[in-house]
This record gives sequence, structure tokens and C-alpha cells, in this order.
Amino acid sequence: MQTPAPCDYERATTVDGAIAALAEHGPSARILAGGHSLIPMMKLRLATPEYLIDINDLDELAFIRQDGDLIRIGAMTRHVELLSSELLARHFPVFADAERVIADPAVRNRGTIGGSLCQADPSEDLSAVCAALKAAVMVRGPRGERLIGMHEFHVGPYMTAVAADEILTEVRLLVRPGAGSAHEKVERRAGDFAILAASAAVWIDGGTYVDAGIGLGAAGPTTIDAVEAAEHLQGKAPSEELFQAAGKLAAEAAMPLADTRGPVDYKRHLAEVLTKRALHRATARALQQEA
Amino acid sequence: MATTTENLPSATQERPIGFGRLKRKEDARFIRGKGNYLDDLRLPGMLHGAILRSPFAHARIKSIDTSRALALPGVLGVVTAKDLETLGLAWMPTISYDTQAVLAGDKVRFQHQEVAFVIATDEYIARDALPLIVVDYEPLPAVVNARKALDPDAPLIRDDKPEQTDNLATPTWEAGDEEATDRVFAQADTVITQDIIYPRCHPAPMETCGMVADFNAETGQLTLYNGNQAPHAHRTVYAHVAGLAEHMIRIIVADIGGGFGNKVPIYPGYVCAIAGSIVTGKPVKWIEDRSENLMSTGFARDYIMHASICAKDGKITGLKVDALADHGAFDSTAQPTKFPAGFFHICCGSYDLQASHVKVKAIYSNKAPGGVAYRCSFRVTEAVYLVERMTEALAVEMGVDPIELRMRSFIGPDQFPYETTTGWTYDSGNYAKTMKVAMEIAGYEELRSEQAEKRARGELMGIGISFFTEGVGAGPRKHMDILGLAMNDGADLRVHPSGQAVVSISAQTQGQGHETTFAQIVSEELGIPPEDVQVRHGDTDKSPYGLGTYGSRSTPVSGGAVAVVTRKVRDKARRIAATMLETRPEDLGWEKGRWFVKGDPEKGALIEDIARYAYSGAPMPEGMEGGLDAQVMYDPPNLTYPYGAYIAVVDIDPETAEVKVRRFIAVDDCGVRINPMIVDGQIHGGLAEGVGIALMEVLTFDESGNCLNGSFMDYLIPTALECPDFELGETVTPCPHHPLGAKGIGESSNVGSPPAIVNAVIDALRQKDPSLRHIDMPCTPDRVWAAMQGRPEPPQ
Amino acid sequence: MQVTITINGQEVTRDVEPRLLLVHFIRDTPGLTGTHWGCDTSNCGACVVLLDGQAVKSCTTLAVMADGHEVRTVEGLEVDGQLDPVQLGFHETHALQCGFCTPGMMMTARALLDEHAAQATGGERLTDHEIRTAISGGICRCTGYKNIVAAIQWAEEYEAAHQVRQEA
Repeated sequence: MQTPAPCDYERATTVDGAIAALAEHGPSARILAGGHSLIPMMKLRLATPEYLIDINDLDELAFIRQDGDLIRIGAMTRHVELLSSELLARHFPVFADAERVIADPAVRNRGTIGGSLCQADPSEDLSAVCAALKAAVMVRGPRGERLIGMHEFHVGPYMTAVAADEILTEVRLLVRPGAGSAHEKVERRAGDFAILAASAAVWIDGGTYVDAGIGLGAAGPTTIDAVEAAEHLQGKAPSEELFQAAGKLAAEAAMPLADTRGPVDYKRHLAEVLTKRALHRATARALQQEA
Repeated sequence: MATTTENLPSATQERPIGFGRLKRKEDARFIRGKGNYLDDLRLPGMLHGAILRSPFAHARIKSIDTSRALALPGVLGVVTAKDLETLGLAWMPTISYDTQAVLAGDKVRFQHQEVAFVIATDEYIARDALPLIVVDYEPLPAVVNARKALDPDAPLIRDDKPEQTDNLATPTWEAGDEEATDRVFAQADTVITQDIIYPRCHPAPMETCGMVADFNAETGQLTLYNGNQAPHAHRTVYAHVAGLAEHMIRIIVADIGGGFGNKVPIYPGYVCAIAGSIVTGKPVKWIEDRSENLMSTGFARDYIMHASICAKDGKITGLKVDALADHGAFDSTAQPTKFPAGFFHICCGSYDLQASHVKVKAIYSNKAPGGVAYRCSFRVTEAVYLVERMTEALAVEMGVDPIELRMRSFIGPDQFPYETTTGWTYDSGNYAKTMKVAMEIAGYEELRSEQAEKRARGELMGIGISFFTEGVGAGPRKHMDILGLAMNDGADLRVHPSGQAVVSISAQTQGQGHETTFAQIVSEELGIPPEDVQVRHGDTDKSPYGLGTYGSRSTPVSGGAVAVVTRKVRDKARRIAATMLETRPEDLGWEKGRWFVKGDPEKGALIEDIARYAYSGAPMPEGMEGGLDAQVMYDPPNLTYPYGAYIAVVDIDPETAEVKVRRFIAVDDCGVRINPMIVDGQIHGGLAEGVGIALMEVLTFDESGNCLNGSFMDYLIPTALECPDFELGETVTPCPHHPLGAKGIGESSNVGSPPAIVNAVIDALRQKDPSLRHIDMPCTPDRVWAAMQGRPEPPQ
Repeated sequence: MQVTITINGQEVTRDVEPRLLLVHFIRDTPGLTGTHWGCDTSNCGACVVLLDGQAVKSCTTLAVMADGHEVRTVEGLEVDGQLDPVQLGFHETHALQCGFCTPGMMMTARALLDEHAAQATGGERLTDHEIRTAISGGICRCTGYKNIVAAIQWAEEYEAAHQVRQEA
């Protein structure tokens, strides 16, 4: 088997301790959470951190709870917990949709939402989910805490707005009435990254859309926020024609690259189809008539 | 002493004495995690090897600087081609009479080719040393497209061979009758022509390849621990290559985590480990990682075929095929010497053709060497895929149900033994019967009705048929040798004084259950319970010579050997019993485990009594030595020809083009089944491989020769979610020439399933676009979608 | 650095490099080569062990991360000479051929049955789809999965009949 290069290691006991260690060891240090993005890269020697800061003991970062109109998910929450959370199932079923098709059960026991978002793989599903839900993430560092909206979070492939000396601590989602959400993914085989994925979140009031979010995964150099497609729904009543129109707009927003998973035209086509399907299911859920 | 039937252990369903669903003896260690796979081996003082591999598909090596690697603490040595040259090991012979570089000296000829071998105190350090080796490459243009390999301006790959002026690996080999075939085509009612590719894929067993080499300088004994499907043949080759005495080489094969043909060739890593051990005087372990396995070990298939098929009066009458085989940078395909294209000419199929003609030539390319692997039965996978795709396309062209066309065209049961138009003699078969069983299990009529209803709603459901006859169990010494070694298998049976026995076989299990099934053969023929028979294998010092386990040889050849040797022992036992019972051998009758006096059945002798007698001082029959054992070298009179009828049902999402295999019905006829449970298991495994090959497995390359599927992230193997719950049926048509009436089975399901699935995919797509004739594998969503847009593209 | 990992109830203490993978730590422990590896990219599942009762790919975990934690490997399924129902099931239904993926599959099955037993209060059986999903992180080249699914169903029935609960 391929093996990592030599490195040093410490286990953080507090969040601030982890931040201090990051500051001390500089750019060659990496936070180690679930490890299921970092360790594979280390084995292939695509990543050669010299210092690992293990934050798996930071239980204070593992939670899913509601505080008023906010649902807060700690960065160390594992995929398996997101999948089985009743709170999330009630408010944001898109999480369970996505988790069912993220990697496999053993990987889901270890991988975390913080790790997935910070890895920022353009094909990563939770990034599309959080983009559609218009989530914000809390980030903490030597300069204190700040909130970053998902629309500003992804900067490029494997690059986020989290600075090298900061740690993502939680994801925040606003609970608003009339919500429905869904995730659609096409993959070559179970457990694979998406050929293309679409997350849709809608909020319906009085029979028309008051807000919507569409996030596309594996659709470009970073998660695509299909803003025009989402805004197209504003003030309108749901209909198949509307979903199709939004799908077309989402396809236009996509910037897929050709690779072993497929060529550009097929991926664009999927952007259209999956956006349509995700909107359809999200809407049905919002109207509480699951298709 | 006389013994009665009450002493005989009684057979039950659970514990048959002989054939039946016996649970496996070898499970005991595997379910406890006590298997002995290569990487489990730890020897005192053992060192670890790691291989530096070329990033380029084709490049000159200008220099190699190993100094920084040598300076790393824990590194004992770095071997390059120059060092191997002094040992005469820089190049090695391949199984197909070519040569292959052990470590690249002048240039590299495929991406991931071996360039240097590091020996260190542990595996992590050995791998740390790899990036410290500096190689100066001068990249050259690469030959990646097989069709362009013979272009006049194509770069010459094998400039190491003085006579080589182009990239032809093996010249055109032909079978059948070209003139007769042309006449049949001229008279046909319907002719279709199609280009069909069987893409490059990989057997990818779960355990990668490796070796621990242990050379004892004092005694001159070389002991090799190796996952190896053909240990005796390897031993002979090593003796030749390394200039060592063959009797001083011992290959020990413990447990193998899957072979599927991947563990048949000799790999450079093995030779490096041997050289490493000779030079250091310590055991050296080399075990490859998964990317090395996928990118440098023996791949499978890669056949580009141009075929025509024709029909007259509603029956298939002729087939012609022109095939181009991509063998990679070195020719290391494994097949009997007289058949450089393996058994591809069995593409005449299961039909009573009037004529057929087959041409195959092979080229070199800047890709890893190989071609014959992955349950292919020596290219039968390519052959069956070809004929079953063509047959289905012909049925469409003729407007005939694909099963109906086959039923009309089948070789009839009364025509066996059947001489095919390409020189095969099929042993036995009743094809229509097997096809009908498949139709019944599938509910074929209901499936077609369902399909029609779905078509009306715009849903894409497909039904695909495949009927195959394959030839396995090479083979008769007159016709079949590999590197001049006849494809015969020895077997050795010793019954101990207690009546318990050890049977030594040459076949090498990689999961097929030999420790159980071969005990069952002895049990069936000698009537002692299978738990009283120990199967010994996996040690060339302790087992008889044989050509190994691949090409479904185990049952046809080693199984035949064990049956014959057991009968020899039984015959010997008869004559001893006659002496014991004071009668003549011809007066004795046999019931499992016991010879008895025909005229007085209460009087008899159990095998265990006969054994005890044979070792005692009591008088033996005239001219017979003591003991109860025998030895044979079995020469099969022919291959065996298992066959099967397969039906696949798929659903395709009309928008996303995702393909789901909903059902797969497989009815196999492999003659007499020694252990039906194990037979079913073999079939299940090959069907899953067929799902993989048809839908997702492929090794592709870019124009520079970079391999794009070099890990399990991109070389996709089906999980439990992609495989349906396979539905199996059986018919039993015994093999007339095999001692047990059995035929091989290990590869049948990989042979028969890809065409069934691809036929089903095309059938589904044709529900919307009746003009679609063909789509090449793998039927990934993007490729299926392209076909739906009217532009099916070949892979790469 | 020194780590202590409790493997099958026994504390194992060794000095290791931080980069040492948990699968290698396990396999370097005498008698514990039953946990296998088959790939470089966390896809094949041959390395699955139970870490604090959960199925985890030990090739994608550092030994140092498991310091102070509990690991259960295939060698820990048999307790006091009694084979685990999962082991019995695999043997019963011919769910293994070469045996290489088997430890990972069995540990996955063990975790699945434990979790299902804890949640399925009404005695509902696992569905075919649930079983296939649970083992979808493991690749088997030999069996085509049909008999592995049957083995897990067999073990589930056996446990229901004997009301046996395996403690992690």
C-alpha cells in the first residue's frame, strides 16, 4: 500500500489550543478531523503536511441543535450523524438525501462536515447542500470569530475563505417556514464522487416561492451557486415548466470540465435534469406532499 | 477380516460422501482471519523492496542517480538495470516467447514500467526512498491508439529487438476457411458488418501481486513465497532465467487472495526480489500497491474487431472476424504455443455454421503488457462477446426474436461430438434445453410484454440474451503446451494405514475451494468421507508437476487426474481385497468405500481395512508392492465445453442514462457438478465481473499514454448495490470424455455475461431509437447518453 | 511516540511514527494479520475494523488517532471458542471464496447487526437493500455478493432465534 511521508502529530484538547498549534507550526501544519480526505492524499503524497493537529477529541464541536431560528451543526459532526439526525430530517431533508450517496457507511462514520467543507473538493456534495440552503459557517482564529456566508465560502478548487490559521467551528442554517429541500446526484457507481449533483432548497409562502437556492456539485472549479436559476423562481407558483426553465438556467451557470466521469455536454445536461428533479422534490416537500 | 455395511459412515445431505453441497473445509481459517496471504509472511531479517516506476509511457533514460536514495537511513541498496545486467537478469523471457525488461535500461516503454528497485529495512522507508531517485528522461511520442501502431510513421517501441522494424507483436494467425466463408456470405439473405471493441480491463483481485524471495547462500536453496497460479511452470522458468538448478528452487504458495489470471505471469518485481535476496543474503519481500497492480500487471482483453455475420433461410450461416489485439509494450500473453490468439477462434459459437474465418494479429503499444487474464479462458471472453453481439444485431436486422434466431441456429443435441468450422470438437450439449430453462426462470414472455408496456410510456427497459459455448481445460499434450511444457497435470494419492488419505495436486486454488472439491472427488471414487482426505497443494517440492490453475483447468485436468489416480488406488484395493477375502478380483463388487463378494455381499472389506492390510506384513497379491497409493500424469483427450444461456434485464433512466441491471438469469451446463454450492459461487462471481466489464470497468489512456484509471477511485468495480440478486438454473449434460463427466466452470459467467448486459442496454435504447445498432463497453452513463444522442463512441 | 490501543480486549502498547497507518499497527501485532488491505484509496474495505464499535477503514486512520481507543478485529469475533453468528453465517452460505475481503465484510456485518438490533425494536429484519448498502464500502471479486447478503440474513435469523447479543 502507499504510505504517507514522515510527519509530527499532536492531539488538541481545546479549540483554542488547536488554533494556537496552527499558528505555531505555520503553513506546513494541517488540521486532522475525520482524515478521510487528508490521509488518502498523504498516502498518495499529494499532501505532505509536516505537522498534524488532531481535533477528534474536541467533543464541543460535535453537535446538531436548534437555537431559536438557527440550526447549528458543529464542524466535527460526522456524516453518519447528519444522515440519521431527526432534527435535520424535519427541517432540511436534503442532508439525508446527500448523505445517502456520500462515500460509503464506513467512511461516513469518520468524515465530518467541517472536513468536507474545508476540503472543498468541487465534487463534494455537502458544499452543494450548504450553498443551496444559504448556510453560513462560523470560523475562529487568532483574530477572533467571523461568520462567512456560503456564497463567499468557496474560492477555488480545494480553496476556501478559511485562512490558514483558522478553524471552521460550525455551520449555521436559518429555519424559515415553508421550507423544502432535496439533493440529486448521478454517479458512475455507488460511493463515487458525482458526475454531477444538484441541491435545491425552496421556501414557499401562499403558494409561491419566496426564496430558493440551487447548488451544483462537480459542475465547475468550485461549487456552483446557480443564482439566476434560483432567482427565476421568485414570486412564481410551482410548475413543471418552471422547474424546466430553472434547470436550463442552472445548466447555463454550470462550468463543468471534461474528465473520466464525462464530457462537458453530458454534465451540462445533467445540471438541467438534476436541478429540475431536485426542485420538484424540494417543492413537494415544502408543500408537504412528498412525491 | 470381513466387515459389513454397518461400518460405513453414512452420507447425508450436509455431509455427502462424494459429490454434493459440502461446506468448505478451508473456511475454518479464513473466517477466523487466519489465512496465510503473502503480506502476512514475516521471516527473520526480512527486507522490503519498492519499485520506482516511469511517469512516461515512452522515453529514453539518460541517467539514473541513486545516491540520495542510498543515503537514506534504512536503505540497503538500489538496484537498476545496470546491476541486473551483471547477473544476466536485466531482461527475462515471457510466456509467449518474447522478452521483457525487468528494469528499464535504455528506455521505458509504458507508464509505470519498472526502473529501479529499492531494498530497505521496512516498507515505509523503501517507499520514502523512491522520490529520492533522480531519473533523467527524454520523452518520446507514444503509441496509444492500437489502430495507429502499424502506421509507417509510428514510433518504434521494441528497438531492443534487432529484427523488429515495426510494432507488430504477432503476425496474422488464421482459422477457418476464407474461401468457403466468402461463398456462404455471397449466398446469404442477410449480412451485417460491425466494428466491435472489447476494451482493456483488469482482473484486479483483492490481493495484489508480490513475492518473498529467500536465497540461502550456504545451501544454494532458493525458496520463493508467492501468490502464484502456476508455480511449477514458474519454477522451471526461473531455473532457466536465473541459471539456478531447478531442484534447488522451491515455490511455496500459501493462500491467494484472488487470481483471475492476474497471478499467472512472472513480473519484474519477482525477479528483483530474487536478485535482492541473492545479493543481500536475506529474505526480500516485494508486494505491489493497487496502482502498480492496475498499471503494470497483466491486463485483460483490448481487442478491436471487425466482423460480419450472415443468415440464410432464417438461420445463421457464416461469420468472419478480423481482429487487432493490443498486447502492450511486451508480449506476455499466456496461451498454448500453437494458439497465439488463444482460443479466440471459438467465436464460431454455439451455432451450426456453414463456414467461418478468423484472422487475428497483435501489436505492441506503449501500455503495460498482458492481454490474457480475467477469466478469459484464453480469449474466449472476446470470442463469445463478438459472436453474441453479432448474433443479437443480426436478429434485429432480420426482425426476429433473438432467442428464436438462436434456437433455429443452434447445434442440435444429436450433432455432438461436433466439429466446428474452426477446428474445435465440442464434446456434448443440448443447447435448446438450457435456453428454455433460462426463458422459464426469466419469464421471458412476461418480460417482453412488460417491455412493450413500458415503451408506450417512454420507459427504457431492455432484455439481452447471451448463449455461449466455451472450451476449457487445456489440454491434450499433443496440441497444448506453454513454453514447451505440456498442459498435463499430475496427481498423487496416498492412503495411510488408518484409511485416511492425502491427495497431492498441482492445481493451485485462489478461492475455488480445492481443499474441499478435490477431497470430494477422492471421496466419491473411494468412499472415504471427505474429512478423511487432506488435499495438499501449494508447494512445488511436495506436489506433482502441473501447469496450474487458469483457463478453468482445475476440474477438467486436475479433477480428471484425481479421479484417475483414485481409481488406480481403488483397483489396487480390489486386488488386495481379493487376496484378503480369498477370492478373485472379478468376483468383487463395489459400493462406495467397500469391495464385497458379489455372491455373498455380507463378506467384504472396507477401504480402511484394505489400507491397514496393505501396510502390514500380510501377503500382497502376486507382483504388487505394499502400501496403498498411486501416481498419475493426466493427459486430457480434449478440452471440455461448458455452455450456458444468460438473460439480462436492464432499466435505463431516459434522462440521466444511468443503467441498472434489474435481473440476471444464468443457466449453466458444466456437466456433472462436484459441489453445486461451489459451482454456484463461481458463477455468481463471474456475473458480478460481467456487470463491471459491461458497465464501468475500463483502463483508458490519454494521447501521451498516461493511464487514467490507475486506482480504485477510477477503476470502478461493482459493489453489492450494482449487482442484482442473480438467478441461477442448471442443466447437466455430462462430458463424455472426462472421468467424472464434469466440465470446467470457473470462467463461464465472465465469458457469458458482458454480451447479455450490453445486448440488454442496446435493446433498451432501441425502444426509443430503433436505428441504434451497437454501443461499445463500458456502458457508463455518459457513453450511454452519447449513444442516445445518436453518437455512440468507442472508448478512447 | 508511544500509543496504547486496546485490540480485542488486550492493550497493545508500541512506539510508533505518527504516520503509521492503523492497519499496519494491527498487522504488525503478532497474530493479527487477519485485517487486510487491498487498495491505496480507501475504496476496497478489506481493512475494515470496529473502532469503538463502529466500522472504520483502518487504512485511512493513523495509529496515533486510535491511541486510547478500542479496536475489534476479525480475530476478536470468536469469543471463548465460540464463533460469532456472522462467522457461522459466512461458512453456512458459502459467502467466502478466496477469503481476502472476508474479514472486512464480517466486521461490517457485525457492526450492522449490532446497530440494527439496537434500533429495530419491533424485530423487523434488515432488507436486502439495507444489507447491500451497508456492505457497499467493500469490494468482493469472488462471490458477486449474493451469498454475503445471505450470510448476514442467516446471522440475523440466528441471533433472533438465540437472542444472542454480541458485546463489542
